[in-house]
Amino acid sequence: MLGYVVRRFFSAIPTLFLIVTISFFVMRIAPGGPFNQEKGLNPIVKANLERQYSLDQPLWKQYLDYLNDLLHGDLGPSYVLPDFTVAELFRAGLPISIQLGASALILALLVGGALGVIASLKQNEPSDYSVIALATAGSTIPTFVIAPLLQLTFGLAFAWLPVGGWGGGGLSHKILPIITLALPQMAIVARLMRGSMIESLRSHHIRTARALGLSDLSVIVKHALRGAILPIVSYAGPAAAALITGSIIVETIFSIPGIGRYFVEGALNRDYTLVMGTVVVIAVFTILFNLIVDILYATIDPRVRYD
Amino acid sequence: MTDLAVRTPVKGRSLWGDAWGRLRANRAAVVSAVYLCVMIIACVAGPWISPHGFSTIYQDYVRVPPSFKPYPADDTIEKSLEGAASRARVEIAEWREEGESVVARVTSSKTIDERITRYFDRTSAFENATAESRSPDGMQLTIRAQIERHRFLFGTDNVGRDLLTRTLIAGRVSLAIGLLAGLVAVIIGVLYGATSGFLGGRVDEVMMRIVDILYSLPFIFFVIMLVVFFGRNFVLMFLAVGAVLWLDMARIVRGQTLSIKRQEFVQAADALGVTQSGILRRHIIPNTLGPVVVYMTLLVPQVIILESFLSFLGLGVQEPMSSWGVLIAHGAKNIGTANWLLIFPSFFLTTTLFALNFIGDGLRDALDPKDR
Repeated sequence: MLGYVVRRFFSAIPTLFLIVTISFFVMRIAPGGPFNQEKGLNPIVKANLERQYSLDQPLWKQYLDYLNDLLHGDLGPSYVLPDFTVAELFRAGLPISIQLGASALILALLVGGALGVIASLKQNEPSDYSVIALATAGSTIPTFVIAPLLQLTFGLAFAWLPVGGWGGGGLSHKILPIITLALPQMAIVARLMRGSMIESLRSHHIRTARALGLSDLSVIVKHALRGAILPIVSYAGPAAAALITGSIIVETIFSIPGIGRYFVEGALNRDYTLVMGTVVVIAVFTILFNLIVDILYATIDPRVRYD
Repeated sequence: MTDLAVRTPVKGRSLWGDAWGRLRANRAAVVSAVYLCVMIIACVAGPWISPHGFSTIYQDYVRVPPSFKPYPADDTIEKSLEGAASRARVEIAEWREEGESVVARVTSSKTIDERITRYFDRTSAFENATAESRSPDGMQLTIRAQIERHRFLFGTDNVGRDLLTRTLIAGRVSLAIGLLAGLVAVIIGVLYGATSGFLGGRVDEVMMRIVDILYSLPFIFFVIMLVVFFGRNFVLMFLAVGAVLWLDMARIVRGQTLSIKRQEFVQAADALGVTQSGILRRHIIPNTLGPVVVYMTLLVPQVIILESFLSFLGLGVQEPMSSWGVLIAHGAKNIGTANWLLIFPSFFLTTTLFALNFIGDGLRDALDPKDR
C-alpha cells in the first residue's frame, strides 16, 4: 500500500507539470496584460512595472523562472493586488473556502446518502418518488438561482439569517452558503446512492444474509451499504476538491472572502500569478483527493488490491 | 379467394418507430416537449407581438411591480402632468380627463410657446399632445393629450424596461445559444470520437490521451480564456462554449464505435465486400445516433447553464441584449427592492431546464430499452 501511494505521488508530478505548462501558455497567448487595464498609464511607468515583475523577459525565460519558483513553493506576487503575494491571499482565503466546502460536503454526504438509502428501501413508493423529485430539482436548478432565492426567502422574507457577508465567521453567516453548496451535491449523492443500493440489495450475499436470519438493520448497514458506498466514494473525491477550492457563484452572491472569486478576477485582470496559483491549488487538491479515494476504495472493498 | 391470401406481410418496426412509440407513452416527456414548444414560440414570437421594445426605456415607470393594471394609474396622472409642466416651466391651472385624453390649462408669467407640448409627449404617460386654444395674451394655453396606457405584466427593471419582453428576448438568446453550442459540441465530438474509435490503435490512443489532458484542466479556466480571446462577442461565445463541451461526446461516440465495429453484422458487411466508408455510413454512424441524440438533449441545458453562468459573471451577453443569466444576475442584486426581477427569469430558466432534462431522460429510455 505504501509503495502504491509513493508511486501515485510521483505519477502526479507529470500531470501537474502538464497542467501548469498548458495554463501558463494559454493565458499568455490571450491578448492584454496586467498593466494594460489602467488607462493613461505612462509608457515609461508601464515599462518599469513590467521590468519589476520580469514581464519584459522572453516568454520561455518567464516560464522557466515560474517553474523554478513553484518548485521552491513560491507562487509569486499578485500583479493587480500589489501589496500581497499570491500565497498570502490564499492563506487568508483558503481556510474560509475549506470550511464552507468541507461542511457542505459532509452535509451532502450524510443527508444525500440517507435519502438515497430510504428511497432504495421504499422503491416505487411515494417516499421514493419524493426523493427522486428532490434529486431532480437539486441537480437541475442552477446554483445562481438557488442562492438568491434562498437569500430572498430566509434572508429577507423571514429575516432569519443574514443575506450575505462573512461576519467574522459566525455560524449564522455560514448556513445559507453551506446549504447552497450542498444542495446540488446532495441531489447527485442521493441519486447515486439509490441506484447502487438497489443493485446491492439484489446481490447474492444480501440474499444469503437474509436467509441466515440477520435482522433488516444489520443486513442494510453491515452488508448492503458497504457494497453500495463505492460509487459515492469515487464521486466524492473530485467533488470535495471542487467544493473546498471555493465556488465563484456562492462566494460572489454571499460576499464571502474565499478563494473562489480569485480565479475569475485574476483571469479578467490578467493577474497571471494569481490565476496560475489558483490552477495549481485546484490541481493539487484534485490529485490529492483522487488518491484518497483510491486508498479508501481498497479499505472498503477488500477485492481491490494495489500491489 | 379468401381474405387471408391478400393480407399484407407484417410491417417491421424500425428502431426509430419503436422509440417514438415509447417516447409518446412517457407522460413527463410529452408534457415537457409541449411546454418547450410553447416556450420556444413565446420567445421567438413574443418580442414581436409585445407592445414594448426590449430596450425601450419608460423613465416614469422604473421598478414598477408586476400587475394587470395599466399605467399611468389614475392617481399618478396628475404627477406626470406636473412633472411635464415643471420641465416646460409652466404651471397647471386646472386639468380634467376626457375619456382616454387629458385636457390641461397651463399658465405662465410669460407668453407660452406652443411647442411646449413636446414636454408632454416626452413623458411615458402621454402622447399626441396638441395645443387646443390659447388665451389672447398668450400666457395661458389649453393642451389636449392622449393618455398612453401601458401594461407591465412582469413589472419593469431598474431603468424602466418591460420585464416580460426582456425575459422573452433573453429566452431567445439563451435557447439559441443552447441549441447552437450544443450542435457545435456534438459535431466536434462525433467527428473526433468516430475517427478515434474507427481508426483505433496508436491514433486512438493519442487522440484519447489528448481528451484526458483537456479533461484535467479546470474547465472554467478554458471558457474564460476563450471568452477573453474572442472578446465578448455573442456569436463567437457559443462557439467557445461548444468547443469546450465536446469532450464527453467524443468519449461516448468512441466507445460506441469501438463496440459496433466488432459486431458480427459489421464483419458480415466487411465479408460481403462493403467498403470502409460504406460501413461507416450505413452501419456505424446510424447506430451511434441514439446516444448522440440523448446526449445532445442533455447537453443543451448544460450549455444554457454555462451561458447563464458566464453572463452572471458579466462575461457573457452584453447590454442592452439580454439572456436569462443576465436577468437573474440583475435580479440577485435587487432582491431587497424588486424581487420580481429575480423570480420571473428564474422561473423561466428553471422550468425550461426541467423540460429539457425530462425530454432527455425520456429519449434515453425510448432509445435504449436495455437501460429500463
